Amino acid sequence: MDVHPPPFPPYLSAIHCILLRATDNERSVNPKYVFPSVLILAAAITAIALSLTHGHAVGLLDPQGVIAKREQALMIKAALLMLIVVVPVFALTFGIAWHYRASNTRAQYRPSWEHNRIEEGIWWAVPMIVVAALAVVAWQSAHALDPFRPIDSPMSPLTVEVVSLDWKWLFIYPAQGIATMNYLAIPEQTPIAFKLTSDAPMNAFWIPQLGGQEMTMPGMITQLHLMADATGTYEGFSSNLSGAGFSSMHFPVRSMTTNDFAAWVSQAQRSPNTLSFAAYTQLAQPSVHNPATVFRVTNSRLYAEIVMRFMTPPASGAPVMPMRP
Amino acid sequence: MFGRLTIAAVEQGPIVLGAQIFIVIGTLAVLGALTYFRKWSWLWNEWLTSLDAKKIGVMYIVVALVMLVRGGIDAIMMRLQQALAAGGGGYLPPQHFQQVFTGHGVIMIFFVAMPLMLGLINVVLPLQIGARDVAFPFLNSLSFWLFVSGAALMMLSLVVGEFSTAGWLAYPPLSELRYSPGVGVDYYIWAVQIAGIGSLLSGINFITTIFKKRCPGMTLMRMPIFVWTVLGSMLLVVFAFPVLTATLGMLTLDRYLGMHFFTAGGGGNMMMYVNLIWTWGHPEVYVLVLPAFGVFSEVVAVFSQKRLFGYPSMVLATMAITVFSFIVWLHHFFTMGAGADVNAFFGIMTMIIAIPTGVKIFNWIFTMYRGRILFTTPMLWFLGFVALFTIGGMAGVLMAVPPADFELHNSLFLVAHFHTMIVSGVLFGDFAAITYWMPKIFGFRLDEKWGARAFWGWTVGFMVAFIPLYVLGLMGATRRLDHYPAGLGWQPLFIMAGIGVCIIVLGFVSQLMQIFVSIRDRARTTADAADPWNGRTLEWSVPSPAPFYNFAKTPKISSRDAYWEAKRTGESLAPGAYEDIVLPKNTPMGIYLAGTAFFFGFAVIWHIWWLAALAALAFLVFLVMRSLMEDTEYVIPAARVAALDAAHSA
Repeated sequence: MDVHPPPFPPYLSAIHCILLRATDNERSVNPKYVFPSVLILAAAITAIALSLTHGHAVGLLDPQGVIAKREQALMIKAALLMLIVVVPVFALTFGIAWHYRASNTRAQYRPSWEHNRIEEGIWWAVPMIVVAALAVVAWQSAHALDPFRPIDSPMSPLTVEVVSLDWKWLFIYPAQGIATMNYLAIPEQTPIAFKLTSDAPMNAFWIPQLGGQEMTMPGMITQLHLMADATGTYEGFSSNLSGAGFSSMHFPVRSMTTNDFAAWVSQAQRSPNTLSFAAYTQLAQPSVHNPATVFRVTNSRLYAEIVMRFMTPPASGAPVMPMRP
Repeated sequence: MFGRLTIAAVEQGPIVLGAQIFIVIGTLAVLGALTYFRKWSWLWNEWLTSLDAKKIGVMYIVVALVMLVRGGIDAIMMRLQQALAAGGGGYLPPQHFQQVFTGHGVIMIFFVAMPLMLGLINVVLPLQIGARDVAFPFLNSLSFWLFVSGAALMMLSLVVGEFSTAGWLAYPPLSELRYSPGVGVDYYIWAVQIAGIGSLLSGINFITTIFKKRCPGMTLMRMPIFVWTVLGSMLLVVFAFPVLTATLGMLTLDRYLGMHFFTAGGGGNMMMYVNLIWTWGHPEVYVLVLPAFGVFSEVVAVFSQKRLFGYPSMVLATMAITVFSFIVWLHHFFTMGAGADVNAFFGIMTMIIAIPTGVKIFNWIFTMYRGRILFTTPMLWFLGFVALFTIGGMAGVLMAVPPADFELHNSLFLVAHFHTMIVSGVLFGDFAAITYWMPKIFGFRLDEKWGARAFWGWTVGFMVAFIPLYVLGLMGATRRLDHYPAGLGWQPLFIMAGIGVCIIVLGFVSQLMQIFVSIRDRARTTADAADPWNGRTLEWSVPSPAPFYNFAKTPKISSRDAYWEAKRTGESLAPGAYEDIVLPKNTPMGIYLAGTAFFFGFAVIWHIWWLAALAALAFLVFLVMRSLMEDTEYVIPAARVAALDAAHSA
């Protein structure tokens, strides 16, 4: 089966095999090159893909907040731990498939050899040890980076109440009495305590460069704590499918100095746009491409009332919620 | 009279019109060709009404490959849209794009991966355990035709009405009436529900077959490893599919009777649905991948010309995966806001499942150790699988760490991860299996040259298509976007992914060429088709194509790798005299029952209540008729068996 190796290096022999000759009694590629060819091609394609990102932020590799940085460090640590198993798998597959190819008649052949307690013990044990180490990492990090857990900081946190709507984001700043749509302004180096809900199908609130995401659900409140280390502008997304306008649910996040933020707040508090519950119900109607807007909130219980829309029992006979028009 | 069905249901713009014309002309062409060549009675008697598991298996695979083309077209449409859609471009409106990716997911899992695997099991399992048929041949036919009904509803949604836009698992409240009032989600529910019941019946059938139909001497620990993996997979089917049926049932009650299991408001809880659907959904992954592991175990041992290394370890690993796959489901939604304890528990369980999987890979590697490896096409698929599956597995374990998942969930990194696992783990396994068992099914081998080209097309194309998605995920690109901001630098990577899909198409075309060339040149490969690979298990001891009765004399075995041992020692696997063989008669009842299920599904989707009642009544009538049939089997006398066997050996 293993005759006439083509006189090409591995990467060329793969191309050669796809495009060119290979007569019937000839293997289309020298078998010992198959596995290394796949790995070399994978590395080359990865290099090409990474080079295509040139000039743009690879958000997870360029974290801008304490949570995102710790999550990135965690990913690197976990990936390195896994290499303890993955590297031997690749090396063994490569070496053994090469050496024991049928054409290598010098290689040992023991067709009935099927058991070795020590060797099997090793590859039950090594993955177990690696997983045990990873399990410790998972347990500790799941608690340390629990999205509900407030960030330790001398600065007192800023609370932002987030509502995902069809198909835009509403951010309410309860202490400041203001709200924004499709735009999030935050002070740098200040922990932000997000409270998340939805007045639409489920979404997920995600600012990749600041940290992980959390789902938003109607009638429920989830929490997320993030902090930006410096000033800058980042992109925020909804990552969970929520209907026709879902792809438009991204928003800019502006991290500014505390002074700039205070100035921005006092300007917003003088906004001509007011947000009462009645105005909110208009706003909550399905729409896309809504421009960034700042509101003065006139109903201090707005967020609670949004959540409670889904908690009140229906009047008898009436449908719980009207159908989407 | 026709419920919600009006003429507007078929008027959906130029792109859909193209698909509609394609489907209608394609269907008419097939029907016309059958009439012109007078093949109707042959098709009906030899195939459609057959209860022979091998023929049912082939039909599963044929339908799956047709659906693979449909799912593949969906994939190409998505890649094209995303390559064009920077800053709001693209050629598909959002609603259409969402139907395309929902359809792609549903088709590839329910109507490609499942039937490919069930088809292989049907062909191979009875032969490997020395049985003449499955335990319940009629139930087998019914399972197949229920699957066809589901697939037909799925295809019909393209012609009449619309398909779901709510993603392949139809998370509420988006899939509830309030947010999806159209027929799309109803098509989804009934297509999946009908096909899913078929899968459940298959699970019961194959478990019973494995436990009750093994030939004398085949203890559990002498079963080929493929049979073990099928057992694990089918146990998962039997435990998991009822959950799917019940979950979709509750969604149906919400949508049809105004109940509030999963609605937003009214006391509904959407996270209950998400938990339940993944209680089915995660085991489903292993339903698909376990038999593929079994295939690789067979392939590696045969082409290394050596015993499988560590058989007891493999059995233990298979069963460990079976059990553990039921306690990891929450890792699909770490971001729902469960506490750190819950997230950590499910994260660690997920990592634990990597241990038996890793053991399997090491055992395959050490099966090659001290072997004489022949690099046939199935071995190429195996090597591609090891490379890709290990990389994809690494990405998977990474996402099992909850805080890492917060940054990767719902991103294209996740999409790339599960495609790596399912394409390399399931699809490559199915391709290896089809190449490996083709001689046993049809009596000739598949062409090696085109097989290798297919392998390189799929492998290189896959990497060019999905490595950019890993990178896009790291850039923060989320899944299911019909357009995205132009300034983020995503477009070149989406274009690269689109090129990758084109290379995969080259791989698929190579497979079509492979089939064509192999049929054309079959005369050269038929001679040794009975045992072309120097096989180890019982299926290679019978002539090729396998006779309709499988084994002229029931084999009796005394070791693992029974046929290999028999060849080595020169002893006969089946000494003794020929005996009468009892086989099931053909029956069209499976077609009738599944046909009424199809009409029932169509009727309730469109609220045509009289037709639904009629179809339900017809279903009951056919069920009673079949139950009252007594003359369902026929006997081949021993003398006739001897004559047939002699003709095969000649």
